[in-house]
Amino acid sequence: MSTIRKSLFNRLDGIVLLLYIMLVSIGILAIFSVEHRTTDTSIIMMNKSYMRQVIWLGYSLFIGFIIILTDSKFFSSFAFLLYTICIAVLIITIFAGVDVKGSRSWLGIGSFRFQPGEVAKIFTSLALAKFLSLNETNFKKLKNRFIGAAIALTPALLILMQKETGLALVYFTFFLVMYREGLPNAILLIGFGAIALVLTSLLIDRTTLAIILSGLTLLIGYITRSTLKRNIGARIILICVWLIAITFSQFAVPFVFKNILQKHQIERIYSMIGIEVPNEYNKAFAPGDEKKEKTNSSEYNVLQSKIAIGSGGMFGKGYLNGTSTKNQFVPEQNTDFIFCAVGEQFGFVGSAALIIIYISLMLRIIHLGERQRSDFTRIYAYCVACILFFHFAVNISMTIGLAPVIGITLPFISYGGSSLLSFSILIFILVRLDADRQVLIR
Amino acid sequence: MSLVANPRRYVISIIFIGVAIIMLLRLFFLQNFEPKYKILANDIAIYKKVVYPPRGVILDRKGRTLLSNTPIYDLMITPRNVPKTLDTAELCASLNIDKATYESILGKVLVRNLEVRQSPFMELLNEEQTARFQENAYKFPGFELIERNIRIYEKPIAGLMLGYIGEVSPEMLKKPRYATYRQGDYTGLSGLELQYEEVLRGQRGVHYLERDKFNRPRDPYRGGELDSQEVSGKQLELYLDMDLQEYAEKLMANKIGSVVAIDPQTGGILAMVSSPTYDPNLLRGKARSRNYAKLYREATRPLFNRATQAMYPPGSTIKPFTGLVALNVGAITPGYGYPCHGGYGGCSRKIACEHSDAGHSANFRAALAHSCNSYFCHIFRMTVDNNEGKTVKQGLQMWHDYYTSFAYGRQTGIDIPYEGKGLVPDTTLYNKMYNKSWNSCTIVFVGMGQGELLLTPLQMANGMCIIANKGYYYTPHFVKSIGKNEKDTLLKKYQEKHVVLNIPDTTFTIVQQAMQDVVDHGTAGGAKIEGITVCAKTGTAENKAVVNGEVIKMQNHSMFVAFAPRENPKIAIAVAIENSGYGATWAGPIASLVMEKYLKDSVTYKRKAVEDKMMNAKLINKYVYTIDSVIRLRDKMIYEAKVERKRIKDSISNAEDLAIYNKWINYKLKN
Repeated sequence: MSTIRKSLFNRLDGIVLLLYIMLVSIGILAIFSVEHRTTDTSIIMMNKSYMRQVIWLGYSLFIGFIIILTDSKFFSSFAFLLYTICIAVLIITIFAGVDVKGSRSWLGIGSFRFQPGEVAKIFTSLALAKFLSLNETNFKKLKNRFIGAAIALTPALLILMQKETGLALVYFTFFLVMYREGLPNAILLIGFGAIALVLTSLLIDRTTLAIILSGLTLLIGYITRSTLKRNIGARIILICVWLIAITFSQFAVPFVFKNILQKHQIERIYSMIGIEVPNEYNKAFAPGDEKKEKTNSSEYNVLQSKIAIGSGGMFGKGYLNGTSTKNQFVPEQNTDFIFCAVGEQFGFVGSAALIIIYISLMLRIIHLGERQRSDFTRIYAYCVACILFFHFAVNISMTIGLAPVIGITLPFISYGGSSLLSFSILIFILVRLDADRQVLIR
Repeated sequence: MSLVANPRRYVISIIFIGVAIIMLLRLFFLQNFEPKYKILANDIAIYKKVVYPPRGVILDRKGRTLLSNTPIYDLMITPRNVPKTLDTAELCASLNIDKATYESILGKVLVRNLEVRQSPFMELLNEEQTARFQENAYKFPGFELIERNIRIYEKPIAGLMLGYIGEVSPEMLKKPRYATYRQGDYTGLSGLELQYEEVLRGQRGVHYLERDKFNRPRDPYRGGELDSQEVSGKQLELYLDMDLQEYAEKLMANKIGSVVAIDPQTGGILAMVSSPTYDPNLLRGKARSRNYAKLYREATRPLFNRATQAMYPPGSTIKPFTGLVALNVGAITPGYGYPCHGGYGGCSRKIACEHSDAGHSANFRAALAHSCNSYFCHIFRMTVDNNEGKTVKQGLQMWHDYYTSFAYGRQTGIDIPYEGKGLVPDTTLYNKMYNKSWNSCTIVFVGMGQGELLLTPLQMANGMCIIANKGYYYTPHFVKSIGKNEKDTLLKKYQEKHVVLNIPDTTFTIVQQAMQDVVDHGTAGGAKIEGITVCAKTGTAENKAVVNGEVIKMQNHSMFVAFAPRENPKIAIAVAIENSGYGATWAGPIASLVMEKYLKDSVTYKRKAVEDKMMNAKLINKYVYTIDSVIRLRDKMIYEAKVERKRIKDSISNAEDLAIYNKWINYKLKN
């Protein structure tokens, strides 16, 4: 540990900032490629999204600069307060939100609009990091684990009430952070098991599935019969697992599909796995939802997206030559489906490069986290990495038909002020905290 | 905080990397092994715009337009691009059709061309429909207006010769000639439009444009490097004289027959009339099929090109050739005379002659001038018989060779399709007809242009060219230059001189002299033109019609052939008017008027009376309609009987039934 401390700006992590700038630049170029017309006389056109994105980048850098100048202790000290304010804003949004495409997740102040759900990620991350890093928190205790889960899922619940399912799902990524901080390994098993069960219960007839599950249980019982004979607990666990699996697939999934999910969400999920929506889940449109019928044919979206990406080939069609993306065939071109622009114009090589940049950024952030003395910064770093990962994985997967279309953005690349700003803030806070890694922040 | 690295860090890192690898694999396959996406991307985003070039115009010999173009719009549909949410009501309203029509057209398109291809939805929209559709075009993705040119005939003349265009039919598309055509393309269907289709059509241009999801064409795809430029159709310049054609058509009004006028020095057709004619503007655009059916049903058959397809017995108009061959083979000398006293008795049947005064057939010139039947029957017999020990069969074959070299009995090769051959009888035919037992008496009528001999008016006019040119002709043709180029390869065959079997000029001079006598003091006095030496021959052709198995002798065809001026022939003409009487009465004056009009540019005042008489004469006999209806009725009955027979045959299973049925049907047909 050198006694001569470098100046603040020299202590900032250059690699993260470089990757950040790379991604934002790629984003602006991608949006430009989608919007640019050969008939345009000038590149600087204020009514185009890419120019607005440049302006948002300006704001983001400005706020980032302020964050760098802020004392790193500020973030941990005010974490709970900011989180409380954020929850309040989310509650207000449910009632006072602007109706955009059926969801009330936008808050408008004058002509300025923003999505509290996007920004809430930052404060939830801070609050979770603060809570888990408290000296009095023993994360081995069940009570504390529940509090951690509550901090992560409260915003999710509020955002779900704003009918912005995709954004709400992001908050489940905090379980990965909590897993790092000591949740049992079983949580991963349960997570993957649940996903597998949901998919199979959608794909296979329910009665058949029950028979298969029972058969599987008996098979496991037969293989482990020596253990089961000796251990009563094991027997109980096996039976419990069987019962839970049956209940989950037979009753919970149909219940959720029938009563909680909306028609377009059901359609998206089924279109992702590639089968028709069965009659029992076929809902009539709620009044006022007719408009969605035209725009929400998610199968069309995914097909167009796959056409754009698939037609890119190995090396792509070249910059500004994307016929599908340039001509607005892919819906939500600038936001949720911006990856198509990269895939079409730069092909597999470009897409792979982008994915590698992302993975480098996330691994670098994990590396930053692990080199901290302070638990707060480490947990926060994991939060940032996991949020980025979730956005990145789900967004790209949905453009290539690996995940259902849920409206979440590709960090730094998708057009959108709230999204760019909140991800920038996430990164800048991390960089700021990392700069003080020699200091123990509580 | 532990000093040892937390293993869960690696678990999480592995999850990150694992997901990234899954995505990379998926991307790799999506982008490299699923070519369908490339095809789809091109399909949806690249719009192939087909540009139809203007079809070549057709001009007359003085550069006046006979046939040109005017733009009109077709509405095309690509069913796959039509969204389900299309406001059909609005579309129907702007096109002025009802919903049922829309559905039925759409159904037809889907059956014919499936979903993917662009097909015609509605053709030849009127101005109002075009304007209303264009206003709202953005609301109707999948639909598109395509400009195309429709033909305009400047004057309602020469319809059969110019021909017409129409949509290419599915049967035509299977032929190699139409390999580059697509459903909905237009093509020449008759006349010059068909013959010179490849020249007139030009080359379709294809422009590739990018389009957006609203189906609006945008930038050229890849900077237009794949585009092919359209090439306009070439213009055709004809020998046809617009004024002359119009004048001849006027003269032929209300007559059944034809006029063919050829420039002997080039073989170019100056005028070609097949009467009754029709306004060619009837056969364009939307109304074509309806009007075609109407014209087809007419008893006078205006769609039948009598000038090139009708075969008439030439009657006395053949006599110059009978004489020509007889003189050339040495059967007679110009001074040869035959004592005709109003009939020919050389064979068992007596053949009547119009003249009985002594000396009207004292020599060849006199005989031709007075059109003596006896003389020409006799010299024809002499030609085929008197041949230094050869048989009549060999004689006839030799005579046949001469006629074939005159382009009789075969197609002349004119540049409009479906030309008739005519008929020049040969030994094979007579052997068949008379079971090999025949002699020169059996076929004697051929010498005076009756019997089995049949010629088209075109062949008769071409024959006049041969005599006018003293022994050669150019294949009659319409087109003088293609795209201002007179040396186009397509025209090469029409610039070739065809020399007939070696006949010396002197023989032709004799025949020409005789034909001049026909006008100066013979049967064709009415054909005289002041200051011009006209050579001509009248003809009055006996003819028969077979109606319900009965042979009925009909009124004579009025025939006339001529050329003028004799010294420097500029026009050769043949006129045939069906069932109207003597050649000198109708065909002669008409031919003469046409020649005068062409040679002097106008008809002298003195002949106005003749002109009026010719123009106003109504020479279509009522029985034409009767015969036509009888023929059509018979055709219909035959067709129905055929259908009925097939139906019954199909339902009869054993041979015994069939035998009974055949007996019954024969009984039915007899009654």
